[in-house]
Amino acid sequence: MDVPTDRRYTAEHEWIDAADPATVGVTRHAADALGDVVYVDLPEVGRTVTAGESFGEVESTKSVSDLYAPAGGEIVAVNDALDADPGLINTDPYGDGWLVRLRVTEPGETMDADAYRALTA
Amino acid sequence: MSGTPRRSPLDAEHRARGATLVPFAGWEMPVRYGSDLAEHRAVREAAGLFDVSHMGRVELAGPDAAAVLDATLVSRMHDLPDGRARYTMLCDDDGEVVDDLIVTRLGDRFLLVVNAANTSAALDALRRAADGADVDLVHRTGHVLLALQGPGAAALLAAVSADDRTDGAPDATVLRPFRAVATRVAGVDTVVSRTGYTGEDGFELACVDATDGVRLWAALLATGADLGLVPCGLAARDTLRLEAGLPLHGHELGGGLGPFETGFGRLVHLDEGRTFRGRAALEPLATAGPTRRVVGLLPEGRRAPRAGAVVSGPTGPVGVVTSGAPSPTLGRPVALAAVDVTAVEAGGPLNVDLRGTPVAAAVTPLPFVLPAARRAG
Repeated sequence: MDVPTDRRYTAEHEWIDAADPATVGVTRHAADALGDVVYVDLPEVGRTVTAGESFGEVESTKSVSDLYAPAGGEIVAVNDALDADPGLINTDPYGDGWLVRLRVTEPGETMDADAYRALTA
Repeated sequence: MSGTPRRSPLDAEHRARGATLVPFAGWEMPVRYGSDLAEHRAVREAAGLFDVSHMGRVELAGPDAAAVLDATLVSRMHDLPDGRARYTMLCDDDGEVVDDLIVTRLGDRFLLVVNAANTSAALDALRRAADGADVDLVHRTGHVLLALQGPGAAALLAAVSADDRTDGAPDATVLRPFRAVATRVAGVDTVVSRTGYTGEDGFELACVDATDGVRLWAALLATGADLGLVPCGLAARDTLRLEAGLPLHGHELGGGLGPFETGFGRLVHLDEGRTFRGRAALEPLATAGPTRRVVGLLPEGRRAPRAGAVVSGPTGPVGVVTSGAPSPTLGRPVALAAVDVTAVEAGGPLNVDLRGTPVAAAVTPLPFVLPAARRAG
């Protein structure tokens, strides 16, 4: 399974990178488990979230899953491209399929790529 | 379900094609091979091939076979003509649906296809009715059941069975809906019926012999590749049946929802003198009508209500969503819901609770999506 080592992961299958603001997305494992994503419900820019809080939903034909903030902070950007092409989450979950950018004020509980790979093995 | 999952005879084929396999009713079956949206679209626009070998197959033969079925199912079967299939339901004494199934008559044999999750319950009911009767009841296992579905299904079946027909095998491509024939396709003995669960034209093919079934699967996919045929998983099967407004046991059937609630009251044959399980409970509904009905809902917005979401009218809760998903064909969410008849008849707007947010939902006639032949333009 494809797990980049340049970012950290949550047990809820989100990733967060170390940039400021940090970019947040869902993992390949999550995207594959969902099937084709047909809709992503994202928060408004400017909203403040706490680590672990549900900030949106990702929907496939088969199921709907909550998105949990991997860290606390302010949402400073959302990926508008997902509105027209939610399938970017399936085709490029670690790149063009990113969800939000977060100005982190409170770190959350995350793990490195090796730990995440072990979790999903 | 626990223990080792059962596997289809096509398991190796699925793995070779990169299918994602999921637990389903004690089986491990493909949920998708690649993109479930592409699989769904293939069935609406060309053709799809489903492995439904997990479904249970029961055969009844012998002098009392029809009588056993007449005593067990809501529809009479003694007058089912040779080569015909009938959709029906099996209820318990309270009128609760144990399973919905298709019965096909071939000569003096009745072939039943039941839901995987309900196979043992349906078998129990049939065996109880068969006790002491002159009937030969066989639960087939190790079979292959395929569903070839889509507007291109007939042309595809014609192409793959051309040599068989030259050799004198009956032509299954001319079957009308709910007709069946024992024939050969791609050199393989199979029972073909013009039935399905997608709301499109199509066929279901049953092979008693697993090796034959694997050959048939491979032959259909080899011939069909040029005609847009793709293998399809359970995810597409569920969105297709939902768009077609077809009930799924455990969602629209069972839990107090039966033939009258789902609009299948005509299946309940209340012939004078015929006693069948559940008759006493079902008969009053034939005249009084049900208190709840399964209706189609078109919720506003883009988020889909899922099973269990509460449906409300102006004065409070009036029902519950039984199935819901984003419709791949319509590009918007659709849902089936069991709603109080009074609230449906009031005609007012309903709300559905979308994970905490009330969203307006219009009651709409079913199906959500017509078959391709009637959808043109």
